[in-house]
Amino acid sequence: MTTRKWIREMPLHVMLIPTVVLLIAFSYVPMTGIAIAFQNFYPGHNFFSSPWVGWENFQYMLQLPGTLQVLYNTLFIAVLKIVANLVVPIVMALLLNEVRKMWFKRSVQTIVYLPYFISWVLLGGILVDILSPSQGIVNEILKAVGLPSVYFLGDNHWFPFTLVATNTWKEFGFNTIVFLAALTGINPSLYEAACIDGASRWKQTLKITLPGLLPIIILLATLSLGNVLNAGFDQVFNLYNASVYESGDIIDTMVYRIGMGDGQYSVATAVGLFKSVVSFILISVSYLLAYRFANYRIF
Amino acid sequence: MHYRTRSHTVFQTLNYAFLALLSLSCIFPFIHILAVSFSSKEASTAGLVGLLPVHFTLKSYQFILDKPEFGHAFVVSLKRVAIGLSLNMLLTLLTAYPLSKEVKSFRFRTGYAWFCVFTILFSGGLMPWYVTIRNYGIMDTIWALVLPGAVPVFNVILLLNFFRGLPKELEESSFIDGAGHWTTLWKIYTPLSLPALATITLFTVVDHWNSWFDGLILMRHAEHFPLSTYLQTIIVNVDLTKLNSVSPSTAEMLANVSDRTAKAAQICVAILPVLLVYPFLQKYFVTGIVLGSVKE
Repeated sequence: MTTRKWIREMPLHVMLIPTVVLLIAFSYVPMTGIAIAFQNFYPGHNFFSSPWVGWENFQYMLQLPGTLQVLYNTLFIAVLKIVANLVVPIVMALLLNEVRKMWFKRSVQTIVYLPYFISWVLLGGILVDILSPSQGIVNEILKAVGLPSVYFLGDNHWFPFTLVATNTWKEFGFNTIVFLAALTGINPSLYEAACIDGASRWKQTLKITLPGLLPIIILLATLSLGNVLNAGFDQVFNLYNASVYESGDIIDTMVYRIGMGDGQYSVATAVGLFKSVVSFILISVSYLLAYRFANYRIF
Repeated sequence: MHYRTRSHTVFQTLNYAFLALLSLSCIFPFIHILAVSFSSKEASTAGLVGLLPVHFTLKSYQFILDKPEFGHAFVVSLKRVAIGLSLNMLLTLLTAYPLSKEVKSFRFRTGYAWFCVFTILFSGGLMPWYVTIRNYGIMDTIWALVLPGAVPVFNVILLLNFFRGLPKELEESSFIDGAGHWTTLWKIYTPLSLPALATITLFTVVDHWNSWFDGLILMRHAEHFPLSTYLQTIIVNVDLTKLNSVSPSTAEMLANVSDRTAKAAQICVAILPVLLVYPFLQKYFVTGIVLGSVKE
């Protein structure tokens, strides 16, 4: 019996061989590399042959003058992004839901979803151009209506908000579609009943549509908990410059600068490990919560 | 349901106007960049360009054509998409099929599934990843760009959930007819999941086309950069150390083309392939998203 089972399951194991090999080589082997966070790592060595230094790299990381600021920037930018990426798409979905002309609805959806597919390299190039204080079209418009020009990407006061705004601009189309899909699941007879009872369109939105969206809103909010330390490396790296390090430097850019720039492999790994561990805990908690309360399962 | 009240009409008008403006805000930046790329150096420097080219010229595009680096990078990107896509799709199918089985027909299913999912929950971080790939000796080759991400676990989850939604009877009848697992995967599951596969294919193509960071740290020579990485180095990060010095002919070209219009033209050429697949993405994206968000 057991042998028969083995034979029947054999092809399934064979199918998984390449995946297992590749994941070990490119995910699990690098995980053993977190050992270098506790070493004084020399480039060219393997992960276990450098001298061990205990928690020294972590102490060094905490002593660096910018570390707390970087942590604060990361949290500030990431949390604002999470909130904006929930609120804006919900409002968009509700507004699109009121649109009765199908061609209009479809065109809006098509257009607002487009920036989602353009990389931050290209969007970075475009934003640097249109937000430039000297030639940029945004500042030309501001000047034309009598407002002072703003250096969106060079002013520490504006930079984090520019990041959040442009990120929302790029991403909101995606979540809007998720919410629109959820809207189609609301039972139409609820609206009919409300109509007969004389509820206005606004009342219907408050009492039927929003409660209908609530489960998916809670689910997405819970799952985004894992992104609290993800302020968006691609975006920040392609938009920031030395004059906004103070407000725009985040954990990921710090890891890159210390590791790839200064060649301090061990310190960079320590900073990265801090982020990985905190994120892992947050993601696990969020999935557990989603599983408990929304019966959400990954697979 | 008809609402003929005054306030409702006002709301509808404002709503249409707002949504129209918002949509325009999503395409104006692209149209503006397109206009800049076709404008003359003087007009763009003076800030005269809005949504239409001023002093129409093709000089910026001529400049790109005369630059061998751009063509090189374009070819590297095409190669990356071709190899990366084939690997990703093959491995997605091969992984999703066994993982979609019930525990009673594949006892190790849950173990394998967690083995895969753990890799998206936790990672060693940038430096260990970089050192690992360097130790493998594949730096500066196309394999450094396609092998590390060869198993797209997110797509595997999408597809395995799709597989689980297919009727069990199909698989049973296939087994009764004497087919094995391999035949069932290729002849039954693959054809039935074409819409899901189309979605994943398009997202994978765009992902590979847009990836730039791995190229930046894993390629030592600028001539091995994929297009996104190459553009990153010239548009954003003015890191000219890896690029060849400016040749006399380039200097001559620069007399007619400003830095700004040249950048605009290169951005436009790099966006073009994404725009070409976008209508197809549109066609399937709802399937793709619903696939990812609705599970039983």
